[in-house]
Amino acid sequence: MLNNLTAHEAHSLLASKKISSVELTEAVFAQIEKTENKLKAYVTLTKDEALKRAKAADNNGNFTGLAGIPIAIKDNMCTKGILTTCSSKILANYLPPYDATIVEKLAAAGAAPIGKTNLDEFAMGSSTENSGFHTTHNPWDLNTVPGGSSGGSAAAVASGECILALGSDTGGSIRQPASFCGVVGLKPTYGRVSRYGLVAFASSLDQIGPLAKDVTDSAWLMNVLAGYDPKDSTSVDIPVPDYRMALVNDVKKFRIGLISDLMGKGTDEAVKAAIKDAARKLESLGAIVEEVSLPTFEYAVPTYYLIAPAEASSNLARFDGVKFGHRSSDAPDLLTMYYNTRREGFGAEVKRRIMLGTYALSAGYYDAYYLKALKVRTLIKQDFEKAFKHFDVLISPTAPSPAFKIGEKAADPLSMYLSDIATIPVNLAGLPAISLPCGFSGGLPIGLQIIGEAFAEEKLLQVAYTYEQNTEWHKRRPTL
Amino acid sequence: MKYETIIGLEIHAQLLTESKMFCACSTKFGAKPNTNICPVCTGQPGVLPVMNQKAIELAIKTALALNCKIEKSSVFARKNYFYPDLPKDFQISQYELPLATLGHLDIVVEGKKKRIGITRVHLEEDAGKLVHKGAARIMGATESLVDYNRTGVPLMEIVSEPDLRSPAEAKAFMETLQHLLQFIGVCDAKMEEGSLRCDANISLRPAGEQKFGTKTEVKNMNSFKAVFKALKAEEKRHEEVLSEGGKINQETRFFDDITEQTIGMRSKEYAHDYRYFPEPDLVPIEPSADWLAKIKNTSGELPEAKRDRFLNEYKLPEADAEVLLATPALTAYFEECLKLYDHPKTIANWLMGDLTAYLKTNNLAIEQINLTPAQLVEMLQMIDKGTISGKLAKTILVEALKSGKTIKDIVAEQGLTQISDEGEIKNIIDEVIEKNPKQVGEFRSGKDAVVMFLVGQVMKLSKGRAKPDAVQKLLRQKLGQ
Amino acid sequence: MKIDVEAVAKLARLGLSPEEKKLFGEQLSRILDHADTLKKLNTDKVEPTSHAIPMKNVLREDKVIPCANVDDILLNAPQAEEHMFKVPRIVE
Ligand SMILES: [Zn+2]
Repeated sequence: MLNNLTAHEAHSLLASKKISSVELTEAVFAQIEKTENKLKAYVTLTKDEALKRAKAADNNGNFTGLAGIPIAIKDNMCTKGILTTCSSKILANYLPPYDATIVEKLAAAGAAPIGKTNLDEFAMGSSTENSGFHTTHNPWDLNTVPGGSSGGSAAAVASGECILALGSDTGGSIRQPASFCGVVGLKPTYGRVSRYGLVAFASSLDQIGPLAKDVTDSAWLMNVLAGYDPKDSTSVDIPVPDYRMALVNDVKKFRIGLISDLMGKGTDEAVKAAIKDAARKLESLGAIVEEVSLPTFEYAVPTYYLIAPAEASSNLARFDGVKFGHRSSDAPDLLTMYYNTRREGFGAEVKRRIMLGTYALSAGYYDAYYLKALKVRTLIKQDFEKAFKHFDVLISPTAPSPAFKIGEKAADPLSMYLSDIATIPVNLAGLPAISLPCGFSGGLPIGLQIIGEAFAEEKLLQVAYTYEQNTEWHKRRPTL
Repeated sequence: MKYETIIGLEIHAQLLTESKMFCACSTKFGAKPNTNICPVCTGQPGVLPVMNQKAIELAIKTALALNCKIEKSSVFARKNYFYPDLPKDFQISQYELPLATLGHLDIVVEGKKKRIGITRVHLEEDAGKLVHKGAARIMGATESLVDYNRTGVPLMEIVSEPDLRSPAEAKAFMETLQHLLQFIGVCDAKMEEGSLRCDANISLRPAGEQKFGTKTEVKNMNSFKAVFKALKAEEKRHEEVLSEGGKINQETRFFDDITEQTIGMRSKEYAHDYRYFPEPDLVPIEPSADWLAKIKNTSGELPEAKRDRFLNEYKLPEADAEVLLATPALTAYFEECLKLYDHPKTIANWLMGDLTAYLKTNNLAIEQINLTPAQLVEMLQMIDKGTISGKLAKTILVEALKSGKTIKDIVAEQGLTQISDEGEIKNIIDEVIEKNPKQVGEFRSGKDAVVMFLVGQVMKLSKGRAKPDAVQKLLRQKLGQ
Repeated sequence: MKIDVEAVAKLARLGLSPEEKKLFGEQLSRILDHADTLKKLNTDKVEPTSHAIPMKNVLREDKVIPCANVDDILLNAPQAEEHMFKVPRIVE
């Protein structure tokens, strides 16, 4: 089945004219036809647009990079004239007047955008259960969540409902769903990829990155995504390497730190076992693996749920019924319009975080909560800096457990937040990290997280690639 | 009881940039509603701001002119509140870490110089404009329409220390500040047009008391006169309340320029809580020494230094210096002339006399005339050389201003150069003698004063091109024969 | 930690049902109690981190580039009139 190809495999077939981009795109849509009613990975499909781009790629005939490759876009990235909902009722009818920078880059690369994938509303969540429209199901077990917030993208990649996908990661939203769905997810260094056009959740933490079937595809997509954007003041103006050059099967003498703080009682035994196996595997390939402790990790989750909601409460103020999106029909005056529009338009988790963030910034609490969190953030960053004096990369589980059952954690927001313990510190420190499959438990995938220093994506890719080339996990596909 | 008035001002000045503070939209005033807008300044989901370099430089330039300390690192913050004219429902402003602090501005009130402290100078973005339907103001309107053209225009906020002691001082401060802002070219500073706005905090305390009284904030003062009147009215109101043993409520009051009274705005049921926090989408401004030096170099000499130089170096009277410094364009014109012609007083006389008179009569600004400083100087040099007379020059000047022609062309076209050929003058003298036998007879019989009449006739016939003293000399020679 | 849910919701212009108010009140209290663990860390001499990757002076040239999609922006307005965004009456 063409839709199960990786991007680099599909590229070889396209370049040698063994297949056309239209055939490839149609294969993807055939799969969507077959499995989408079970998965619900998408919010909007753009078949006509995708086929138009595929045809253009075929006519052009010059298949370089991602030309002619069908790709799914998380629905919190603006696509001009194409619905961009953030899986929120408040944006159910929103047609952006502009394209996100990464959407422009994909178009320039000749990729075929096939649709917009489901997410937890405004990327707030770890299961896609917070989508304002529907929950996405994990292709490995339809009763479990695909993770979140990029659950739609991860499920689509895992099930062959696309070749590649884009996700965004604020506290683990690329890596955790990658882990749950058995695919590869990379969160780049903060500032490596432009955020212009990514609907902001927490501006100082958000970063766009690839979800892919293997490490090689991640490198290919990074080649398109990475780079300075004058429209994003926080994007960093340093040269972009050819990430494919980092795909070297060699970890000899690599110093790898296994984060002991994430291997304690909060983590499933099966997950711990898989990570230990992965560590041994890397050791057998010539790496030096040692345990390392980052003592401030235990403070990362509360730090995150003060900083992220604070920024979110401000970022989401603009959804007020004045300029775009939903406006309540019960709007006799401005103030009532604000209240009703936001009450009707936002789901419970979004409201909860807006409340939390508003509170953390409000007079009398700013110093105790928000400012305190920013200071602890400094300590977490310093912990990483110390660790990277001794190690090339750090490894840990991506999530403390495999995918959980739909509904299992919905009633307890705090336990949901705590399950992001391994991914959150990375965002707070702005570092790059990748999650790739390293085992299974009860038929559900387990993810290995590899963390690097700022702008050391190549090191991550090399370690991940070496691990992948010497294991078989990434070759497993769910049967639907 | 005698009270002392305490006033502090908060000024907003629109900076003279082409594009907005955080996006590339035009700042032009008066466009059709919602045409100077883009995804960024309408707060579309996903957009990001990028700082306008020129806006920062203009604000730094101002801060330097106000003797401020430029902060090593300044940071934008979000000021969060909901209002339809604020598309993101937060304003990007500066809060804890402003661009500059601790400056001062000297003002002169009743001939006395006074130094007023500047607390801070910072940058922010302007809000949009609301048009109310069904009523002139927000009160009573049935609906409102929002125009985002002005949203995101760069604003500079200047906050003074509570160093002002009377409405007159407040007015003088505003006038001095306006002059400075126009002079260094950062803002056109027209209160009536809203490019310069001012809010005031005012409180009264018993004379001799150290503690400040309760203050009120006065808004909606749209001219210097309004600043004065509003603060006078509010000062009087405070005094009346206090002297009757009453208490002032801390509140915002609106100046009604028709009744010339301040009106308390209904206080919100809950206090504002702006939840400021550092804008995560922008990075700090950390001006290097090089950058600051470059900005300083563009500022040139400030009005005060110029004034001193005009008085001491050029020995101009105070009144002259005052006039020449009234507008930056006039000052620049004067200094341009001075580069080409080293007679400050002569230039000053012409600029303040005939040129200003012409501008006034025709309601023009000096920026609007074609006559260049070089041409004016050329004319002055013609007078010095005796090519034209000073009296004639006045006519030529007006002609040049009216027609836009150069001085040289006018002089050449109309043949206006002075007659230096004695033979030509002698011919005219002969003609005059022939035509005025009666007066010639009177002169010859001893009425010496009649010579002036005859000189006048010669001048008339020569169309003013003869030199009067030369004519008289030749006339006497002729009649003495 | 007891939160004035009503006041916070007002600041955020968020209409909440009585059930939501009660639920959020409890949940937020729990979350904030958990956040109090941060107090265990001494941060007296620690600088706050707003940006993980330190940067400065990212500026753009003062140049006008007119927007090509002005009408698409207005098209999204829930209500518009005379090329302006319309809002119901403003009661302060
Ligand atoms: Zn704009």
